[in-house]
Amino acid sequence: MNWEEDEEKLLPSQRPEWSDVSPLPQDDGPNPVVPIAYKPEFAETMDYFRAVYRADERSPRALQLTHQAILLNPGNYTVWHFRRLILETLSKDLQQELDYVSKIAEKNSKNYQIWHHRRWLAEKLGPDAAGRELKFTEKILSGDAKNYHAWSHRQWVLQSLGGWDDELEYCHQLLEEDIFNNSAWNQRYFIITKSPLLGGLQAMRESEVKYTVAAILANPENESPWRYLRGLYKDDPKSWIHDPQVSTLCLKVLTSSGTNHVFALSTVLDLLSHGLQPSRELREAVDTLNPNSSSTKDSLGNTICSVLEHADAMRVNYWRWRKSQLIV
Amino acid sequence: MGELAADKHVKYILAVEKRKDNFESAVLEHLRMNGAYWGLTTLDLLGKLDAVDSNEIIEWILKCQHESGGFAGNVGHDPHILYTLSAIQVLALFDKLNVLDVDKVSTYIAGLQNEDGSFSGDIWGEVDTRFSYIAICGLSILKCLDKINVERAVNYIISCRNVDGGFGCTPGGESHAGQIFCCVAALAITGALHYVDKDLLGWWLCERQVKSGGLNGRPEKLPDVCYSWWVLSSLTMIDRVHWISKEKLIKFILNCQDTENGGISDRPDDAVDIFHTYFGVAGLSLLEYPGVKAVDPAYALPVDVVDRIFFGK
Repeated sequence: MNWEEDEEKLLPSQRPEWSDVSPLPQDDGPNPVVPIAYKPEFAETMDYFRAVYRADERSPRALQLTHQAILLNPGNYTVWHFRRLILETLSKDLQQELDYVSKIAEKNSKNYQIWHHRRWLAEKLGPDAAGRELKFTEKILSGDAKNYHAWSHRQWVLQSLGGWDDELEYCHQLLEEDIFNNSAWNQRYFIITKSPLLGGLQAMRESEVKYTVAAILANPENESPWRYLRGLYKDDPKSWIHDPQVSTLCLKVLTSSGTNHVFALSTVLDLLSHGLQPSRELREAVDTLNPNSSSTKDSLGNTICSVLEHADAMRVNYWRWRKSQLIV
Repeated sequence: MGELAADKHVKYILAVEKRKDNFESAVLEHLRMNGAYWGLTTLDLLGKLDAVDSNEIIEWILKCQHESGGFAGNVGHDPHILYTLSAIQVLALFDKLNVLDVDKVSTYIAGLQNEDGSFSGDIWGEVDTRFSYIAICGLSILKCLDKINVERAVNYIISCRNVDGGFGCTPGGESHAGQIFCCVAALAITGALHYVDKDLLGWWLCERQVKSGGLNGRPEKLPDVCYSWWVLSSLTMIDRVHWISKEKLIKFILNCQDTENGGISDRPDDAVDIFHTYFGVAGLSLLEYPGVKAVDPAYALPVDVVDRIFFGK
């Protein structure tokens, strides 16, 4: 692949190798619905692309043309399709093509076509591509740690090509950088439930609970670890309500001042609805938060809902509904 | 509170039809079919669909169809399931589904179903729950759902359900409001909503509302007008839309308008585009904002259009 800057700037009409081709203009019809306006070089490059696409010319010069078209508009899926056809016909080196995609992806990390092209390449290259793909997604995530495409690609690589060894550690690194990264929490769950190198959810539960509790105590207003904690007891609510670490955590959060108590309160509410027998300390902690002291006769669940109707006023209808669902 | 500048938005959409000097729209050329759907559905919701010439549009749509039965994003492009649905939806707006060779289109869509029940976007095989929704929505409108294996399609969607009650693009994928809309709508259309934990998902969805009143798509992300559609339509389909603060969301959407030149942007003071204009108006429709027609949360078309498909004529 020739990356010379000067050569790239030459339009097809300025190159002798294109003199045999008649460019095809965009056919928008007489009164296009949503007509597109073009800069001249864009129009010209696309006109030549249309010509080779129509002729199904799968040549080196056509490949170069798809490159130029992609530079102008990496979202054009037809250009990527045709590029794949050419790559197959010419039996091009796919590792080199990965180099190419990496360069384009630097500035277009949210583009569906690029990620799909990459997956197509990796699939063809097989398990040997695993390391490289993990490195690539790592690079993208270092610029945008929540990039949905990157995470989706990374999950596919792990499941199809392998490379699980360092994944939990990688998740930990990302959470150190941003404990609020929901994608990293999701990946953590993905790993502990699906990695062939770990023992599965139940085996990992103990260590993961400790990890999550620490994260919550550092930032109790963080939605993700609260959900993660609940997920660790998937299909096993009994263990969840009987694990002293969970209620202790809630108590700790509820008794610290100046803290966002919303998720702690809603967790206690969930625990109650699954049969938790609350301790005296827990009741007292919740009562302290209740601005309406005349309702001391209310059940704990009722009190929690009353507190949340004020503390999380945006969702007042939700908390009122929760209250209505309580078995007194 | 401000008001919906409906006339300005109509003018904006119609102007986009005629504008010839906008380079940014050049990069959207390949998805013009989607653009047509967003623009025309918005016009219909604002009661102004008659401002366009349906015959010209239909003529252009048919030029985008391929031998395979699928539709491309524009003339000279390859077919893809994304544009096939938009084509069907636009024809439905004009009550011209009869111009379609229904057998041909439905065979194209059905042919994209995989062994595990998932759907690919096109011959290149990308799999995503977005495509499950598109296939189910499109085939339902064409009344050809029996051409696919519905049970497997539903099973695949359920395999993408997460512990938080949400859905991702593939099994294990992070819950994301856009993917959730696709999965919930697909389950609604196939009569499989009982697989959704409505209380759990409803809470996850209403947690998307942030201080400004706008909605985000995942925890700790910025609000964006397009989530006014994806989160709201999902909440509507599971009967939990009252769990968010409607007034605050309306205010957020209205603040995202360009009241001078028309159009709506992703968040206040950003540049407008057709995509966000549609989602803002559709969101307001779900919030029962006056002057906007009712929209169907699963089919993403005006309710009277959906009624016409299933009950009319």
